[in-house]
Amino acid sequence: MRIVAERLTYTYNAGSPFRTTALKGVTLTVEEGEFFGIIGHTGSGKSTFVQHLNGLLRLPSSLKRRKKRRKEGEEEPVLRVGEFDLSDRKTDFRALRKSVGMVFQYPEYQLFAESVKDDVAFGLKNFTKEKLSKEQIESAVRDALEIVGLDYREIKDKSPFDLSGGQKRRVAIAGVIVTRPEVLVLDEPAAGLDPVGKQEIMNLLHRLHKEWCKTVIIVSHDMDEIAENCTRVAVFADGAAKYVLPPHELFRKSEELRALGLDVPLTAKLTDALKRRGVSLDSDFTTDGFIRAVIALKTGEGEKP
Amino acid sequence: MKAISFEDVSFAYEEGKYLFEHLNFSVEEGEFVAVLGHNGSGKSTLARLADGLLVADKGEIRVFDKTLKDKNLYEVRKMVGIVFQNPDNQTVASIVEDDVAFGAENVALPREEIGGRIDFALKAVGMEEYRNAAVSRLSGGQKQRVAIAGVLALKPRIMILDESTAMLDPRGRREITEVVRRLNKEEHITVVLITHFMEEALLADRAIVMNKGEIVMKGTPADIFERHEELLTYNLSLPRIGYISKTLRENGFGVNDTLDVETLAEEIANCVLSRNG
Repeated sequence: MRIVAERLTYTYNAGSPFRTTALKGVTLTVEEGEFFGIIGHTGSGKSTFVQHLNGLLRLPSSLKRRKKRRKEGEEEPVLRVGEFDLSDRKTDFRALRKSVGMVFQYPEYQLFAESVKDDVAFGLKNFTKEKLSKEQIESAVRDALEIVGLDYREIKDKSPFDLSGGQKRRVAIAGVIVTRPEVLVLDEPAAGLDPVGKQEIMNLLHRLHKEWCKTVIIVSHDMDEIAENCTRVAVFADGAAKYVLPPHELFRKSEELRALGLDVPLTAKLTDALKRRGVSLDSDFTTDGFIRAVIALKTGEGEKP
Repeated sequence: MKAISFEDVSFAYEEGKYLFEHLNFSVEEGEFVAVLGHNGSGKSTLARLADGLLVADKGEIRVFDKTLKDKNLYEVRKMVGIVFQNPDNQTVASIVEDDVAFGAENVALPREEIGGRIDFALKAVGMEEYRNAAVSRLSGGQKQRVAIAGVLALKPRIMILDESTAMLDPRGRREITEVVRRLNKEEHITVVLITHFMEEALLADRAIVMNKGEIVMKGTPADIFERHEELLTYNLSLPRIGYISKTLRENGFGVNDTLDVETLAEEIANCVLSRNG
C-alpha cells in the first residue's frame, strides 16, 4: 500500500483558546516496500502525522470547513493509504486499522490480558468481522509470537506481566502484527532498551519487513538507528515534512539538521570532522559503510604513484 | 566518608533465587559513579536497596552514618533522592511548584522554608521560569527536571538516577546530564547514575558494570571502554565510536581507542594523508 499525504493539516483543540496547530501542510509519499524513517524533535508534528495513518486522528471533514476552504481557493488536503481515502468519512476505518498496524511508544505498558495468548488474540478478534474459529485464532497467534522470536508453547499461558521487558515488548508487537497489517508503524520501537535489546528489536523489524509487513515506518530520535536501517527519511519540523530523502543524502545536510535542533549520526559527525581536516569522504553513513569508505580511501590513495 | 556502603548484601525477589549474593559496593561522598549493565542485571535493584525501597535479606547497607533499618528509614530517605525512568509517573501535582513542594511538605518542613527550597531547586535545574506552569504541558526532559527539583527540595546528600534519561529524546538527555553534573560539582551531591547509554557514563568519576547481580568490572569509564571484548560478554556493546576505531585498527590504521569524535577524525586524517603524501 502506497501512502500519499498532501497538504495535511491538523489543529488540536480547534476553536478553543488552547488551539495548537500541529501539522501545517504535510506532503509526502511512502512507497510500498519501504523501511521509512521519521525524525524531528518533540513538537515537530511527527506523532500527529503517524496517528493519521490508521485514522486515530481524522482529516477535517465538516462540510462547513470544506466550503470555507473551497471559497478561499485552498486545495483540499489528501491522505490515501492504499485504497483507503482517509478524507472520506465513509471509509471503512476498521479495515484500515487491520491493514495499518500501530505500535506506540512503550507498547509493553499496554498489555492487559491474563495470558500472553489472550493479549495477542485481542486485536485479531476485534478487527475481524467474521467470527474466527478457535483453531484459526490459535494458529494466527502462534505465527505472530513465533515471528517475533518467542516460543509459543512456552509462553502462551504465562501472564504478560511476568515477562522481561524485552519479551513484553515483543508480545506487544505480536499483538499488533497478528492481523497481518501491510503497513507497520512504530513509534520509538527501541526506546528504553539496552544496546543489545535495541539491536534485537531492529533485527526483528527487518525480519518483519522481509516476511510479514510490506512497509515499515519507524519514528525515532536515534539518528544512528535511522542511518543504519532506513530506505528514506522524512524530517519533520514545525508541522511539515521539511526533507524527505534517503539517509545517504540527508545526512550530508548536517548543518541544516543541526539548525533544526536535530542530532546527526556519529558517521556524519566524523565525516564533517574529516572534511575540516581536508579529507573528503563519501559514504552511505551506515557504520560499516563509513568504515569501508575510510579503508578504501587509504588503500585507494596508496595505489596512486 | 562513605556515602553508601553495601557489606555482604544478599537479596532475592523470589525465595531461594538470589539476585545478589555477598555483594560489596561503596560510593564515596561527593563521588559521581555510573552503574552500567544490561536490562535485568540488577542495577535498579541496587538503587532500590540503597533507598530502603527493597530490604536486603542478609548483610548491611549503610548510608553515611545510618544503617538501613526500619527505625532509620525516614532519615535515610531524606538523604537519598531517587529519580526514576518515566517522566509521566513521577509527578503528583498539576502545577510545577506544587509538585516540587510535595516531598518537602511531606516531611513537614515549615512553610517559609519550603518557599526557599522551591526557589533553590527550580533554579538548580533551570526551570525557574516554569514555576507556575502546568506539569502536563512540559516536555519529557522538563518533567524529569521537575522530578529532580522535587528531590532537590529535600536537600539530599545523595542522588540516584535510575535510567532517568532512557525515555527522553537527545535534547532532554543532555538537559538532564548537564544538571546532574552541575549538582555534583557545585552542590557536592553524591551521584549514582544508572544507565545503559555508554556515553553518559563518561561523565562519571568511576564506573561499575553489573551482570547477573554481580559487579564484574570497575574503573574509570575510559578504562572500562578499553576492555570491549569483556563488555560484549556482558551484553553491553561498545559505543559506536569504539567499534569504528577498533575495526579501523584491525585494518591497519594507527588509531587509538577514543570516544572523542575530533580525536578520532584527527587520527584517521593523519593515516590517510600520510599515506597520500
